[in-house]
Amino acid sequence: MKNLSILHYALKLSLLLIFIPASPQTLFSQIIVSETGSITFIQEAVDLAAPGDTIEVESGTYKEWNIEIRKPLTLIGIDRPLVDGEGEGTIFSIHADDVTLKGFDIRRTGRSYVRDYAAILIVESTRFLIEDNRLDDVFFGIYLAETTGGVVRSNRIEAYDLREASSGNGIHLWNSKEATIEGNFITGMRDGIYVEFGEGMKINGNTSEANNRYGLHYMFSDGGIYQRNTFRKNGAGVAVMYSENVDMSHNLFEHNWGTSSYGLLLKDIRNSTIEYNRFYRNTIAIYSESSSNVMIRRNDLELNGWAVNIKSSSARNHFEENNFIENSFDVRTDSPRNNNHFERNYWSAYEGYDLDRDGIGDVPYRPVTLFSMVTERSPESLILMRSMFVRILNTAERIAPVLTPKTLVDEKPKMTRIQ
Amino acid sequence: MKNLIHIIKNEWRTLLRGKWVIGYALIFLVLAESLLRFGGGGSETLLSLSSVMLLFVPLVSMIYGILYIYQSREFIELLLIQPVNRGVLYWGLFLGISTPLMAAFMVGTALPLAWHGILGVGAAESMLVLLLGGVLTLIFASLGFVLGLLFYEDRIKGFGFTIVIWLFLAVLYDGIVLMLIFSFGHYPLERFVIVVSMLNPIDLARIMVMLEFDISALMGYTGAVFRRFFGTAAGSLTAAGMLTLWLAAPMWWGLRVFKRKDF
Repeated sequence: MKNLSILHYALKLSLLLIFIPASPQTLFSQIIVSETGSITFIQEAVDLAAPGDTIEVESGTYKEWNIEIRKPLTLIGIDRPLVDGEGEGTIFSIHADDVTLKGFDIRRTGRSYVRDYAAILIVESTRFLIEDNRLDDVFFGIYLAETTGGVVRSNRIEAYDLREASSGNGIHLWNSKEATIEGNFITGMRDGIYVEFGEGMKINGNTSEANNRYGLHYMFSDGGIYQRNTFRKNGAGVAVMYSENVDMSHNLFEHNWGTSSYGLLLKDIRNSTIEYNRFYRNTIAIYSESSSNVMIRRNDLELNGWAVNIKSSSARNHFEENNFIENSFDVRTDSPRNNNHFERNYWSAYEGYDLDRDGIGDVPYRPVTLFSMVTERSPESLILMRSMFVRILNTAERIAPVLTPKTLVDEKPKMTRIQ
Repeated sequence: MKNLIHIIKNEWRTLLRGKWVIGYALIFLVLAESLLRFGGGGSETLLSLSSVMLLFVPLVSMIYGILYIYQSREFIELLLIQPVNRGVLYWGLFLGISTPLMAAFMVGTALPLAWHGILGVGAAESMLVLLLGGVLTLIFASLGFVLGLLFYEDRIKGFGFTIVIWLFLAVLYDGIVLMLIFSFGHYPLERFVIVVSMLNPIDLARIMVMLEFDISALMGYTGAVFRRFFGTAAGSLTAAGMLTLWLAAPMWWGLRVFKRKDF
């Protein structure tokens, strides 16, 4: 009786095994594109493929553009095939969910003042993965419009147009939700990463350098996170505007140097945090206009022209436990009134003492010097920087403030650099 | 020529015996060393160093120049009795005391820069600061000489003028420039500011240091104008020419006074 039941189960199991396919490959077919094979165009393979199929593109040069993908597909480049758009238009145009594009070299999109030609265009899709592609000499790099979710990872995007008006953006997100942009390298574009009307973006570990305008241009996008990115030598640094609940931390902003360059430009930013970032050698490290309730904490601001330029339209922002080291000017503002809060920062220019040895200076520090107010009024006077007269003026003003904001003061300046 | 070298050598020997110059070098050595050690050791330390240089080198050089004239009156008068050309005697005395002073500043500052490795990293900036310090030493030592010769009998007046001139060039001059900028803020002032700053050797030196450290990017449009002026070959030549003029004028004046003076 017992043997019979075992036999019964074994029979059932073997029946089941017959009906379960051995692996997904047997269900979805695989199509190979190669220069010498039967299929020589990627578009041909895409048309032939059934939804869910994988297309493997072997190494070689494929002169194609406007490859339209309207079904879930996985496209994989084997040994980096080169797709050359020959300056004609958009190269990959994806209009379906669940598309993966991986391992391609893509070159020469079209250029236009009217249409945004991109190397990879993704419209109204979700669950896509764009990974490990190298884009060279493109107008727009990866263009996401009205997508939800999706991952853009470890791509390299480069272009060579030096004019702002005629170059496109590296990774362009318009009206996208919850995209993950990570580990990409972008250089020589107009804006490295451009986000407009986004929601819940995760922009992590990217490097955006030597772009014509902004390293990151972030507008009307609430609830985003960008962390551990490097923004270097961009024409105008990074701009974050008209957004709420943005988390910016552990980024590196460096060498954004020029007459209209910023490390980080904040305009109309509310309820956001800027933490553990490093600002090194920027003309203006943090510029803030009409921002409120932003927590700026534990950042290193070192060797910048102006560490903070805060316009009087900004209110209730908190600067806490930051290191201000050897900046030409620590804080600049345009009004004797101030509605922002500075506390427990380390200022390398602080000259006070700490008699009770609690690590906090006994004399408050006033980061706005008289000279920085003077230069705000007449920029020519900057030629007097570091002169003895200016030093004496600053000291006199610091002892008895008349023109500088009385309330812009760090009551508890730290004596040593915060680690 | 032989006489000139002989006088210069003699001056050097006397100075070294006095140990004063060595002390001066040591002050800069300690200063540069401590700035490098506590200031992070970056090439930015050069900025602090140059501020100190711009403030003290003119004062010390000028006081040293005038002090020399007053202290070695008898010696100078003794030399004047000898069959030596007055011009040769003047150059011998001036170069004899100003070159060791210049060398003291340069060596005292350069040594810490060298062993902290900044001479290699920021070679251009270091050289500029050292060179400007040297030129300022010569300019102000000769100004001291002139004042000493002009107020040969009235020492109080001589020292008084020294302090006033230093105070004016190092501090008050910038105050006046600032006032002018403020009063005429509605006019395009860039050219005017360039001309005015060229007239003061301390300002000129300060601006040259500042532009070398690329602070011009802070100045927006104005910065671009300054940069275009001081950054081009023509601008640099003008600035260098102006410094040379500043170098030549007091020396020539001193020579004139020395030659005509009835000691």
